[in-house]
Amino acid sequence: MTVAVERATSASRVGLLIASLLVAGLIALPWAGDAGLMRMVVELIALLVLAQMWNLLAGYAGLVSIGQQAYVGLGGYALVVLADDLGVNPFLAVPLAGLVAAAFALPTAALVFRFHGGYFAVGTWAVAEVYRLLIANSGALGRGTGRTLRAVFPLARETRELATYLLAVVLGVTAIVAVYLYLRSRLGLGLMAVRDSEPASQSLGVDVFRTKLAVYLAAAFGTGTTGGLIYLNLLRNSPDAAFSINWTAYTIFIVVIGGLGTLEGPIVGTLVFFLFRELLADWGSWYMILLGTLAVVVMMRYPQGLWGLVAERWDVRVFPVQRRVRDVFGVSPPGR
Amino acid sequence: MGWLDTLVQGILLGGLYALFATGLSLIFGVMRLVNLAHGDFSILAAFMAVAAVQALDVGPLLALVLVAPVMALVGYGLQRLVLNRLLGRGVLPAVLVTFGLSIVIQNGLLETFSADSRRLNAGSLETASLPLGGGIAVGWFPLLTFGVAVLLLVALQLLIGRTALGRAFRAASDDGETAALMGIDNGRLYALAMALSLAIVAVAGIFLGVRTTFTFASGPDRLLFAFEAVIIGGLGSLWGTLVGGVILGVAQTTGARVSPGWGVLTGHLVFLAVLLLRPSGLFAKSQRTDS
Repeated sequence: MTVAVERATSASRVGLLIASLLVAGLIALPWAGDAGLMRMVVELIALLVLAQMWNLLAGYAGLVSIGQQAYVGLGGYALVVLADDLGVNPFLAVPLAGLVAAAFALPTAALVFRFHGGYFAVGTWAVAEVYRLLIANSGALGRGTGRTLRAVFPLARETRELATYLLAVVLGVTAIVAVYLYLRSRLGLGLMAVRDSEPASQSLGVDVFRTKLAVYLAAAFGTGTTGGLIYLNLLRNSPDAAFSINWTAYTIFIVVIGGLGTLEGPIVGTLVFFLFRELLADWGSWYMILLGTLAVVVMMRYPQGLWGLVAERWDVRVFPVQRRVRDVFGVSPPGR
Repeated sequence: MGWLDTLVQGILLGGLYALFATGLSLIFGVMRLVNLAHGDFSILAAFMAVAAVQALDVGPLLALVLVAPVMALVGYGLQRLVLNRLLGRGVLPAVLVTFGLSIVIQNGLLETFSADSRRLNAGSLETASLPLGGGIAVGWFPLLTFGVAVLLLVALQLLIGRTALGRAFRAASDDGETAALMGIDNGRLYALAMALSLAIVAVAGIFLGVRTTFTFASGPDRLLFAFEAVIIGGLGSLWGTLVGGVILGVAQTTGARVSPGWGVLTGHLVFLAVLLLRPSGLFAKSQRTDS
């Protein structure tokens, strides 16, 4: 029998069209001139990228980190140091902040990779606290009160907001495309093999340690860049806010509710998160209680998340990263 | 005096950390589960004690007698209704579910008790101290905390080593599947372990609340200290946990003496140093660190 391996789906072709329209809409948005809306989109994209990065770690590499706030904070502080102290262009400093975060991720990995599973989670959290306390004790970084990004003061407010917004759109699109291409590549296949069975993938020639390390560093780069973007948007950081566990909590709730281990899940989850936050804006921290409870229930009853339910029910994949075998006559193989 | 005093205070603080660590270590030993809400459950217990003290007009140590069994019930229910259903699905669901619970408990406490910091008032016991000579005085309360920690560790040691329940714990720890084949009801056993863990952490939370102020957000730090004490001491060793707690306590009081902002940080750095130099801890029973 002749078989063909299929990657694209009709949903992915429709999805590509919708995604292109969406990106075009995002690029056109500044002409509507609503600064509040633009700030919110920046925030939404920042959370989406954080979620994609965490999803890459937990959903594809099996590395459940509770310490990604370390890289949000390091990215934010790297931005201030690069732009204010070293005179780097603040917009160029955002991706450089990601590189700084990745540089810190290397020694961090040397420590936390000694743990597995649940203790890996707590270990990453402990290291994030070390970074927070080191910065909170550093006079040059403003101690507990933090620092304000002064490098952007000479710019007109509209220019700064437009540049920040466009940078966010570029970051969001790049992150999704990069993760998608990575997962479809040979390396991505190795990564998913590692997640499914470490011994089996090792015996087939996948270098488990290097695969995981590469993903950890890449996620730190993406998370650090996002940290830079977040503080370019806020202009002011402090150790408690920049290294807050809430960054990781939001991220985890988004990914779990949306669908762990899918590229579409974090997008769905981010939209659910913003909906909850806007609807319950007058209810203090109730949205966190509700999101936390929802995440627990989803994890117990529907571990594939909202997108997983949709994908199962209607068999749609907007970002197909798996390979599906079908014969040339277009008939699905038995069992499907 | 001075440095010696710092050392003594650190050792006594270590007793409290050992209390936090024991519950975490027990759960990990029996079912390879890391409860990320461990610290938040201790703070929940401390707030329950605050409510009990106000409602019943009793001292915090009497409130403890009430709160600890309630927390044991909470633990039993949590394991039976939630965590047991995640067994056999790998590490990820349990980690994420307990993390979700941690955030829910913190925000629930924030909504119920506000963001104000609280303290449990134990009256004259808090300030009474025992002079040791040489200008050093040891507070009765830290001494009591340390004594309770040691007593609980001895009791736990006897429970695990000498009773049928302890034998079942050890069997489940070594090989859960075979234990089940031999007629052990793993679900019930895990629930009993979680009940025991939360009762111990309730004791720790209430002693913490008498010792220092706490807020809804004090839980995660307790989890980290407990985890660090376990890792410094070595997995699977009860007395190692006590030594781990003491090393962490001494590191924190010494650091804080050098500079007030460096207490907790010094503790973390000592933990990282141990991790770097002796990854399996100081008194590890086995080399196993997987979960």
